[in-house]
Amino acid sequence: MADFDITSKTMDGIGPHGTKVGLLRVLGPAHVWALGVGIVLVGEYMGWNFSVGKGGAYAGLIACWFAGILYTCVAMIDSEVTSTVASAGGQYTQAKHIIGPLMAFNVGLYLVFAYTMLEAANAITAGYLFSVVASMTGHAGDLDQRPFIILVIMFLAWLNYRGVLATLTFNLVITAIAFVAILVLFLATSGILGAGIMEHAALFEGHEMPYGWIGILAAMHFGLWYYLGIEGTTQAAEEVRSPARALPFGTLAGIMTLAIAATLTWYVCAGVLPWEFLGDGVNGSVAPLFDTARLSGSNALIWLLGFGTLFATLASANGCINDASRAWFAMGRDKYLPGWFGAVHPKYRTPYRSIVFLVPIALIFALGAPLDQVITFSILSGLLGYTFMPLNIILFRRKWPLNTIKRGYEHPFHPIPAITLLTLCGVTFFAVFLGYGTQLVAMIGFYIVVSLWFHFWRYRFVNRGAQFTMPWPKPRGY
Amino acid sequence: MDTWNVLEYAAWALSALFGLHMLIDWLRTDSSYSEEVLTSSREGELEAMAEAHKAG
Repeated sequence: MADFDITSKTMDGIGPHGTKVGLLRVLGPAHVWALGVGIVLVGEYMGWNFSVGKGGAYAGLIACWFAGILYTCVAMIDSEVTSTVASAGGQYTQAKHIIGPLMAFNVGLYLVFAYTMLEAANAITAGYLFSVVASMTGHAGDLDQRPFIILVIMFLAWLNYRGVLATLTFNLVITAIAFVAILVLFLATSGILGAGIMEHAALFEGHEMPYGWIGILAAMHFGLWYYLGIEGTTQAAEEVRSPARALPFGTLAGIMTLAIAATLTWYVCAGVLPWEFLGDGVNGSVAPLFDTARLSGSNALIWLLGFGTLFATLASANGCINDASRAWFAMGRDKYLPGWFGAVHPKYRTPYRSIVFLVPIALIFALGAPLDQVITFSILSGLLGYTFMPLNIILFRRKWPLNTIKRGYEHPFHPIPAITLLTLCGVTFFAVFLGYGTQLVAMIGFYIVVSLWFHFWRYRFVNRGAQFTMPWPKPRGY
Repeated sequence: MDTWNVLEYAAWALSALFGLHMLIDWLRTDSSYSEEVLTSSREGELEAMAEAHKAG
């Protein structure tokens, strides 16, 4: 091991190689967990229930578990590659090293769009939650949601600007509270502690599969909500103290947490709310866990799940700002975008220009675009990113087989997870096409246009010699 | 004017405060440090230093 000390100002492991100001390596596995689970957990509080509307309660459960398999593959693949390519940018940096510049440019954009749109959607949701609380506490008339939407984005951007340790410690606390709230709701309503209120058999009778198998297929689109964003743990790669340990540990603990939270969420909500009400996330149950708490009749549960919903929304927006800015920063540092974005704050050690630059973009979408379109844009960008991952790991193992480079984690059963992920991505693309075909085609058209721009114009500015930074041997076959 | 109207104004004010703080600090930072220092971050430097990445 080299002689470095991350607490030192002169020998922190990056200074001697030319970096005068770099990102700070201060995070541990718990922060990685908080980043991944924090982005996702809002999907348990709202959004997933549209899958029930597509095909009934059982479709919601099947989508929950199949999407769980999809994301377990994502987590395993990400853990292996990111613990080896441990740099800001996550999948963008992976694509740059393993596939090539055009793929990297596209993946970088998928990441920035997925997270910025999700941040905007979370801010819209937070504004809505404030308006619900206002009407519940006797406010006459409609609350102006705009100042609360803007405050969420500005406060979290400010927190991110000031430093990654405080940002993700804040995420750790509020994410933990939101997760514990789900556990408490399960214990209190299932009959384990006190009298249970579950009525699965009565609620399911005659409504097992209201739209048949096609309904189950269509439900896959919204099944992603249970886990969408866990891949965001990779963006912390350049700021963790020990990438080889913290990234696999935090990511895999995160997907296990989410599998538990998702299954409990389905069990609790499907056992209390009729599927027609549960599956209508617009006019029916907007926040199913909160609605379940209200039906329990316990004021303590109502408050707990109310705060859980708000905290999950804030944690998600917070993690999204962190991740979008790291991806944007990494692309700037490589000159895929103007190098100006590759700046690091000398005091706070954050990619401050990228954080500030993405604020107005999030505000425009949060204040000017409908929620369902913003969410669809985010899901489609994420799905394109997941489709890249199996190709990425197959090429990674082929170019640098096991034992040719040091890996932080080696995922088992290769190439089964890659093939499973690719198959499930195909199924989900079809499911998305059933409901949002126009947006899907428009989005792919958009990425084709920007790819042409990158290939014929932008790539000339890229610092090609400095792109490949990992001290690895030549790839096999080259 | 009820509590929520006051909270609306408070939210506008806090948003402006956070935004201004970032903008002022940004301008101050950019004028205090050279561009070379601010954009000196290089990918993979810890790996180059700490990891051998050799077979076995």
